[in-house]
This record gives sequence, C-alpha cells and structure tokens, in this order.
Amino acid sequence: MGCKETKSKVLDMYNNHSLIVNPNSKRNLLEKIFTLLSIICAIVAIIPLMLVISFVLIKGGSYISLDLLILEPEPPGDDLLSAGGIGPAIVGTLIMSLIAAIISIPIGVGGGIFLSEFSKNGNFAKFIRFGTNVLAGVPSIIAGVFIYAIIVSTKIIFGSMFSAIAGGMALSILMLPTIIKTTDEGLKLVPDDLRKGALGVGASKFTMITNITLPIAFRSISTGVVLGIARAAGETAPLIFTALFSRYYITGLEDLFYEMSSLSVLIYNFALEPYEAQNQLAWSASFVLIIILLGMNILSRWITSSTTEKNF
Amino acid sequence: MLHNKDKIKNNQSTNNCISFENVSIKYGNSVAIRNVFCDIPRSNVTSFIGPSGCGKSTALRAINRMNDLIDGCQLLGRVFFEGIDLYSVDIDPVEVRRKIGMVFQQPNPFPKSIYENIAFGARINGYKGNMDDLVESSLRKAAVWEECKDKLNESGYSLSGGQQQRLCIARTIAIQPEVILMDEPCSALDPISTLKIEETIHELKKNFTIIIVTHNMQQALRVSDYTAFYNAESTQESNSGKVGYLVEFDKTNKIFNSPKQQATQDYISGKFG
Amino acid sequence: MVLALASVVALILLSIFVVIFFESRESISRYGLNFLITSAWNPVTDEYGAFTAIYGTLLTSFASLLIAVPLGVGTAIFITEDFVNKKIRNFISVMVELLAAIPSVVLGLWAIFILEPFLRPIFQLIHKFLGWIPFFSTSPIGPGIAPAIIILVVMILPIITSISKDSLNQVPQRLRQASYGIGATRWTTIFNVIIPAAISGITGGVLLALGRAMGETMAVTMIIGNSNSFSWSIFSPGYTISAMLANQFGEADGTQVSSLMYAALILMILSLLVNIFAQWAVKKLSLKY
Ligand SMILES: Nc1ncnc2c1ncn2[C@@H]1O[C@H](COP(=O)(O)OP(=O)(O)OP(=O)(O)O)[C@@H](O)[C@H]1O
Ligand SMILES: [Mg+2]
Repeated sequence: MGCKETKSKVLDMYNNHSLIVNPNSKRNLLEKIFTLLSIICAIVAIIPLMLVISFVLIKGGSYISLDLLILEPEPPGDDLLSAGGIGPAIVGTLIMSLIAAIISIPIGVGGGIFLSEFSKNGNFAKFIRFGTNVLAGVPSIIAGVFIYAIIVSTKIIFGSMFSAIAGGMALSILMLPTIIKTTDEGLKLVPDDLRKGALGVGASKFTMITNITLPIAFRSISTGVVLGIARAAGETAPLIFTALFSRYYITGLEDLFYEMSSLSVLIYNFALEPYEAQNQLAWSASFVLIIILLGMNILSRWITSSTTEKNF
Repeated sequence: MLHNKDKIKNNQSTNNCISFENVSIKYGNSVAIRNVFCDIPRSNVTSFIGPSGCGKSTALRAINRMNDLIDGCQLLGRVFFEGIDLYSVDIDPVEVRRKIGMVFQQPNPFPKSIYENIAFGARINGYKGNMDDLVESSLRKAAVWEECKDKLNESGYSLSGGQQQRLCIARTIAIQPEVILMDEPCSALDPISTLKIEETIHELKKNFTIIIVTHNMQQALRVSDYTAFYNAESTQESNSGKVGYLVEFDKTNKIFNSPKQQATQDYISGKFG
Repeated sequence: MVLALASVVALILLSIFVVIFFESRESISRYGLNFLITSAWNPVTDEYGAFTAIYGTLLTSFASLLIAVPLGVGTAIFITEDFVNKKIRNFISVMVELLAAIPSVVLGLWAIFILEPFLRPIFQLIHKFLGWIPFFSTSPIGPGIAPAIIILVVMILPIITSISKDSLNQVPQRLRQASYGIGATRWTTIFNVIIPAAISGITGGVLLALGRAMGETMAVTMIIGNSNSFSWSIFSPGYTISAMLANQFGEADGTQVSSLMYAALILMILSLLVNIFAQWAVKKLSLKY
C-alpha cells in the first residue's frame, strides 16, 4: 500500500470519479444529446425519400392504366379524361438511353481496359483518371449545351437539328465516366497472378484480356453499365434543347433524326403547364420513370451481391 | 457460500485487485471461455499464457469491459475490481476504462502528434496539472523519451513499431490508471524493443498492477510474478469448436518449476501449443 | 486502340471547353468581367449580366451544403455506430442511397406541388419575425430561392451520407479501441479520433456535393422562380446559371446565345475548380495511420 500514498498526490490532479454511473453528469448528458441528434439526422434523412416515393406512388400510380401507358399525349388542355398517355415518352427514354449506351459502352470499357491493363500508373493514365473524375463532375446541363453547340446548331448530322441522336449523344457524355470508373475498378480487383499465368502459358495480351480478365470483371462492369444507363434515363437537362419533345411515336429509323420525347422532359414540360390534366400526366410519368430506375438499381445491387457471393 | 465470498471480496485488506468469479464469455452462441475463477494480486505483474485461441485476450478484455465493443459478446459470472462488481448495471464502463488502461497487440497510436497522443487521454480524464511535464514524465516512464523529445510535434506514426508501442504504453500511463492490461505488447517487435518494454514493465510494477498476455514463455518467466495458464478443449455441449478455461494459476516460479497439472507441464515444456 | 478510347475522355473535356469558350467569345469581348457584376438581362437592348444567376448559384449551393453536411454526416455516424441493430441501420443506408436514384425532375415536380406549398407558411413565419435580416426581407409568394435550397439539400444528402459512411467505415477498429481504452466516451472518440481520421474522405464527399449542387439544373429550375431581377432575400424568386441555361437556351439567338455560353463557361469553371480542389484536399488531408 506504500506506493498508493505517493500516488494519491498525482491522482489529485485528475477528476477522480467513482465507477458508479452518474446519468446526470455533464458527460453522460452530452453523450445522450449527441446520440439523439444523430438519430434525428437519420430520421430526417429518410423522410424526403418516404415522402417523394409515397406521393409519386399515390398521385402517379392511381391513374396508371393501359391507355395511359400506350396513348400519345394530347395537346395541353383542361380535359382530364382525354389527356392521352405517355407511350411515346416511354419509348423515347428507352431509345435514347440505348443510343447513349451504344456510344459509351465501347468507349468506356475500352478506356477502363487501357487504364488498368496497359498503363496502370503512368502519367497519362493518371491524367485520364483525373479527366474522368472531372468529366463526372461536369454539370449535366453543360453536356446539353455542348451537344447543342456542335450538333444541333451546326445541323451537322444530315441537316437535322433537334434529334434523338443528339439527345443520346448528350446522355452518353454523362454515362461515360461511370462506365470507365467501374471497368477500371473491376479490372483492378482481378488478381495479378491470373494475368501472369495466362501470359506465362503464351497467351497474347489480347487473348489474356478477352479470355481471362474481362470475364472475371464482367459483373462489376455490368453493374457500372446498369448504373450508367439508370443515370442517363433519369436525366432531363441534357435533353431539353437537344432532343426537345414530341407528341408522337417514332414510326421508323428516320425519326431518330427528329425531335423525340422522353419521360423526363415530359415531366418537366407538363409540370409547368397550368392544366391539371397535364400535371396528372407528369405524376404518372414520374411513377413509371421511378419504377424503371428503382428496377435498374435493384438489378445492379443484385449483380453486385451475386458477385460477392461467388468470390468469397 | 456466495455470501461468504462477497465478504472477502469487500474486505479491502485482501491483496486482490481483480477477481474473476465463475466467468464465462460467449461470442454469439459460441463459448470462448468458461467458468474462470481467478484472484489477481495488486502491484504485481501477472501473465496470461496458453495456446492460441484459448481465450486469453477475451479474458483480458473482460477486465476493462472492452468486450462491450464487440457485437454479440456476452459475459456470465462476475468480475471484481477492488471489490466492485464491474458488470453490475450501475457501473459506468467509461470510468472502468479510466481506471484500467489497456495496451494492444498492434501498436495503435492516434493519427495525431506524439505530444497529442499523450495529452489527449490526460485531457479527457480531466487532468489539471502541467501538460508538458506529464508528457515528459510519461514518455520517460515508458522509456521512449530519448527517441521522442526532439519530435513531439510529429505524427505518432513517424516512430518505429517498437517506439510506437512504448508511446502507447506512455499514453496509458498518462491517464494514471490503477491497472494496465497488455495484450501481447511485444508480438510485433524485435528482441531489443521487447527487452526495453520488459524493462519498462519492471519499472511500472511499482505503481501499477499489470496483467500481460504473452505467447513467449521466457517473457512470462522474466516479467511476471504470477502466471495464469489457459487451455482450450473440445466439449460435447459446444459444437462450435474449442472452449477455453483456466487450467492453473499460481506464482510464476511454481507454474514453471512445479506445475500441479499435467497440461501445464506439457505446455511449458513445449509439447503442444 | 484502347489508348485512343481512353483519350476520348480528354478529348471530350477539352472540346467542351473549347466549344463553349469559342461560342461565348462575342459576349466576353463585349461585356468582359462586367458580365459578372451586373444584373441586366435584356434581349431587346442586348444588355446581359449574370450577377443574379451567379449569386443564386453560389447562395443555393453553399446554403444547401450548410444544412446537408451536418445532416449527412450525422446520418453517416448513425449508420456506422451501433445505437440500434444492424438491420435498421442497413435499411436507413439503403433508403438514403435510393434517394440518389430519384431523378431531379421528379423531385422538381414534388417540390412544385407538395414541398413549396407545405413550406410557405413556415417561410412566412420566418419572414414575419426575422424580416429585418436582408436574407428574409421579402414575403414568400411561391417559387423562390428558399425552396430551391431545400430541394438541393434533398439531392446532395445521399452523396454526403454515403461517402461519409464509407470513410467512417474505413477507419480501422484499432483506433476506436485505442480511444475507448484510455477512457474516452463514444462521442469523444467520434469527434477526436474517428472523424479526424475520416476527414479527407468526408471533405471529398462534401466538395463533390458542392459541385453537384452548383450544376444541378432541373429541380432548381422548376422551383426557383426564374427571375433575373436581383434580391438578397431567399424568399424572392431568383436564378442559377444552370436554370438560366435550361430556361432560355431553346429560344435564344445572337448575343443572347453567346451570353448564355459565357454563363455556361463560368459554371464550367466553377465546377472544375471545386473538382480540382476536392482532389487536392483529399490528398492533403489524409492522415497516415
Ligand atoms: N470478436 C470476436 N467475435 C467472435 N469470436 C471471437 C472474437 N474474438 C475472439 N473470438 C473467439 O473466441 C476464442 C478466443 O479468442 P481469443 O482472441 O480470446 O484467443 P487468444 O487466446 O487471445 O488467442 P491468441 O493467442 O491467438 O491471441 C476464439 O475461438 C475466437 O475465435
Ligand atoms: Mg489474443
């Protein structure tokens, strides 16, 4: 016990509490307050989603019918019963997302392969990675402005101005960074041993990539592609002055060179109409768009989770 | 009988600092250690030895309630510290950890300056004295002052592994606990750093009760006054692998020279583990 | 071949700059830097200045950040700590991420018909009691800067939350143990050890969100009121650069197009700066541990 005596002097300089919990001490109260704040944050954070989803489900879902899904929208007016439908917009969204995917998947996957297989940490690769991050941060409206300037106003594509092609190109600019990044990261996860093994048995680099690394990274690349398409399908800003809007179905390939409607632009246009009938169409289009996007999100989650099951 | 024991526990004249009373610890459904009884004396060094996975760390973490941080970890029985049941509902685990400090297997300085690594703990414990003095004296006691004195403002991670571990010891000393728990503090270190830390432990023994987990039998022999030997065995009731238990607890020289149990004899002579 | 594909990224980025700069040079040479500090926007007299839009862009993005950062980081802490069981935390985490999947035009629709009417009485109260502050000096009458700020909060919250969550999760368990081991409480540990260790990632997320808020177009266009007359008040209608582009680009010609391009160039430079600053800050702030 002798040493205890000299120690007590030192201990005097500390707050010497008993081991018994004191729920009213300043420290314990502060702990509780911060915990409460954090719980409040979490609750507040999910309220918007709950509200948006429920309003879209209720206001949009209640009018969903076969007619609504396939009819063409009528000119704006206050006639609730014959406002028409959103058929052309659904088709337009799918077509322009497809055009965007066709443009950006080869470029994006190719760029990703370059980054992780050919120039892992070279200066040029660093520069491209940086560029990809910057491109991902470019506001989506800028993509629209850019395509407007080089495609629409110059009428460079067979003299057409506003067109589905231009819209798809604007969307592809937004998809590109997502696809490059996921390809790059997916390929990075492929163990180097496999590459060395393939090259060791005399496979060419091309064979190695197409037969070994790409198949292994396939799932994470597809996740990226799905997420990229989902992002593009929900975008409006790049389309409002590239693809513009149309009330009619496309009837043939040549229609790709004319204005085309999309769900998102339809929502934008009709939300601002003073007529209830058009507002209602906007809600219904939101319902359909959200179902499509949530579906894609769940699809990408499912792809990711089945990957992890396989690997571990 | 429990009654009787309680009386002894509450009697301050006993020399026991920490007492395990029928302690069993479960992770989820799998039992890690069961039915440990053990009285650890004050102002001594006690070492926990035993084969890997027998629950030494688990038992050690039970003493300052670090197991609380692990999801699904559950303790049955009682752990006493100076006669107080650490697991009774009105105990504040934060205060427990202020009185029973811990040094971990991997050196884990904070990503702060060397000075702050020590000052942080003292400050949150309400230290009111001169901080510079405290930093210096703690680093000196942990035998790392010479290496640190010129770079107090550099990151704790600018030190070598052994120095980092001694910084962590200094950090623990600075909060003036009554007990210091060390979980294999030398396992990541070279022999010279190990020796330095052992010297540090010898110094600290004067002021603190120390409990150290080690895989190195020579180290247990060198630094500890008492030794607890844990082992693990497969039991019928637990299908989830082995369950740890305390085989023998005694003065270190008894454990190493004349153990009562055959298992202890086998382990220290290197037959298994 | 793949090298060529990779270069496409650089090419696109570069041509965006070149094209926008090229298209805006008429306006640049005509108005110079005055463009940044005047609020005229008159196609008839051909007078253009983007001050209102720049003010709106900066005000909405920083104000939304001010609200969304504590909210998002608080949520991220909730998800990474063990206040409640894992199922509930996962649920919250997925919910917040799904929020990011909702297109901004849908949020805009929701803002017009649900959020703004709901908030208006609250804003009116604020105006009534705090009207002497320039920021609250006009009476809320409908679309305006304030609801735009709120909808931006909703949009950037998922970014901040999910990036903060990832950074907090990456802080090694041994640092938490070290802190608890010397008698720190949970929140002392969070504030002094966990957050500082995760700060580079969190900052990166916050700056990413700032960039997103600056460039966000649809929801803001639909709710901000689209007015080029300047007012300090957040309850009055305003403009952001992207809203201006969305609104006027379709029908503009001549100097107006050039001026819009000039505004687009400013937006582009702003978001580029934020982006580069983000990448720099992440490197600069990351601690070794
Ligand atoms: N966090 C945990 N979650 C679940 N089980 C655990 C956890 N930590 C330890 N265990 C289990 O408890 C048993 C005892 O582990 P413990 O770490 O205490 O052993 P140990 O004696 O310290 O081993 P070593 O000498 O290797 O450090 C082991 O079977 C281990 O699998
Ligand atoms: Mg251990």
